[in-house]
Amino acid sequence: MFESVLVANRGEIARRVIRTVRALGIKAIAVHSEADADLPYVDEADEAILIGPAQPAQSYLDIDAVMEAAKRTNAQAVHPGYGFLAENAAFAERVIAEGLVWIGPPPEAISAMGDKINARNLMEKAGVPVASGTREPVPDADAAVAAGIGYPVMVKAAGGGGGIGMSVARDEAELRKAYDTARTRAERFFGNPDILLERYIEHARHVEVQILGLADGTVVALGERDCSVQRRHQKIVEETPSPGVGLELRARMLAAAVRAGEAVGYRGAGTVECLVDPVAQDFVFLEMNTRLQVEHPITELVTGLDLVEQQLLIAAGEPVSFTSVQPRGHAIEFRVYAEDPKRFLPSPGSITVWEEPAGEVVRVDSGYRAGNKVTPFYDPLLAKLCVYGPDRAQALAAARKAVAEFRIEGLKTNLPFFTELLEDPGFATGDYDTGLVDRMRAR
Amino acid sequence: MAEVRAEMVANVWKVLVSEGDQVEDGDTLVILESMKMEIPVLAEDSGTISTLKVAEGDVIQEGDLIAVIE
Repeated sequence: MFESVLVANRGEIARRVIRTVRALGIKAIAVHSEADADLPYVDEADEAILIGPAQPAQSYLDIDAVMEAAKRTNAQAVHPGYGFLAENAAFAERVIAEGLVWIGPPPEAISAMGDKINARNLMEKAGVPVASGTREPVPDADAAVAAGIGYPVMVKAAGGGGGIGMSVARDEAELRKAYDTARTRAERFFGNPDILLERYIEHARHVEVQILGLADGTVVALGERDCSVQRRHQKIVEETPSPGVGLELRARMLAAAVRAGEAVGYRGAGTVECLVDPVAQDFVFLEMNTRLQVEHPITELVTGLDLVEQQLLIAAGEPVSFTSVQPRGHAIEFRVYAEDPKRFLPSPGSITVWEEPAGEVVRVDSGYRAGNKVTPFYDPLLAKLCVYGPDRAQALAAARKAVAEFRIEGLKTNLPFFTELLEDPGFATGDYDTGLVDRMRAR
Repeated sequence: MAEVRAEMVANVWKVLVSEGDQVEDGDTLVILESMKMEIPVLAEDSGTISTLKVAEGDVIQEGDLIAVIE
């Protein structure tokens, strides 16, 4: 095992990674922008390096600045967290080229999965079910192509992620609008203008499988997470197991996720995202995230594993800490965002009160504390509130209590939305799909 | 006359109008960016942009004046 790890991230995920790094007796090195100097993760690291101003392009996305911090502190390995440089193959290559250990998959696997068109074609070849769609970039809003696939179609940026640049088109007029939006976003956010079209599955659930590619080359699947509670195609609540996935479907999805990982020589923690038709009990591949996922804690709660520890072991070429995994119970994550609970618009500001719920069945991964300023420069995630129960009903009861006990003041948060969600029959029964939040807001 | 003000702290990403432009109720005047989200700011009245207070790259605070439509 290495002696020091630089965490190339911020906020809750930097704090989460630092916790495990230090628990294993490894030196944790944080990097931070000027805007983040007072955040808890900076204090909790053994060493912290200022890498630039608030703007991500000049700090967390600045490869030279991050590498200089790694050299200055003699870091032996780099953990990228999620977002920022986590799925940047050039960064992974640079880390490796400079003689450090990259705590993530091989750069080739990142590249292969980073382009959604390429990923889709690779998966189809590996025998993983994919939605009918385009096998190469679509150069314009081609109505014939869309009609060939069949409306409604999903218009997506090939280099995209995080729901940005995605929209559904139900006819030719919507196709043109969706195409233009996707193209603008694709160029601006991802520097890759390629667009693909795919059949949109109505009333689908968004379910993903956690995989680990081990140091010896085998790939294992650790169970699924249901991420169907979304706004703007972005997740807000996740749970495991999925209420919409039966035993037989789960077995097929886990096996396909293993094949997906094997097809790209995957190492470390990754997530295979799928769309599930709960009625037909069938699924298609959506994309693969080649990093630790935001919602990884719910898998940790039901498996008892520390996924960051497994990432470190695999990167060090060592065996993982377990031999087999049998998930138990039910876990739910709520992403507490700095945004208004009605329209979900950003709400930066200063935190005056921060009181977390506590208890045996509650886990809070937070990035902030009272006195911190939440700036408009980064994503609105304040904390991940996770609860556990022996079954879903008990997890929901724990969630109601924990949401009511979480006190954040000084800015707007979406906590009141969670109270609303937990009272919604659609969520309470478990019989919901990715349209749930829109339907709640349309009432 | 309608004063258009910022609803939140944000960066000004795109300015789509200039002083003197005619706008219709509902037209997009500027696009703000906050927390990785684009927020279009719309005209709340039809008329002429008599004042435009922001430029691309500015950081604006909640309540700051963006434009005046007369």
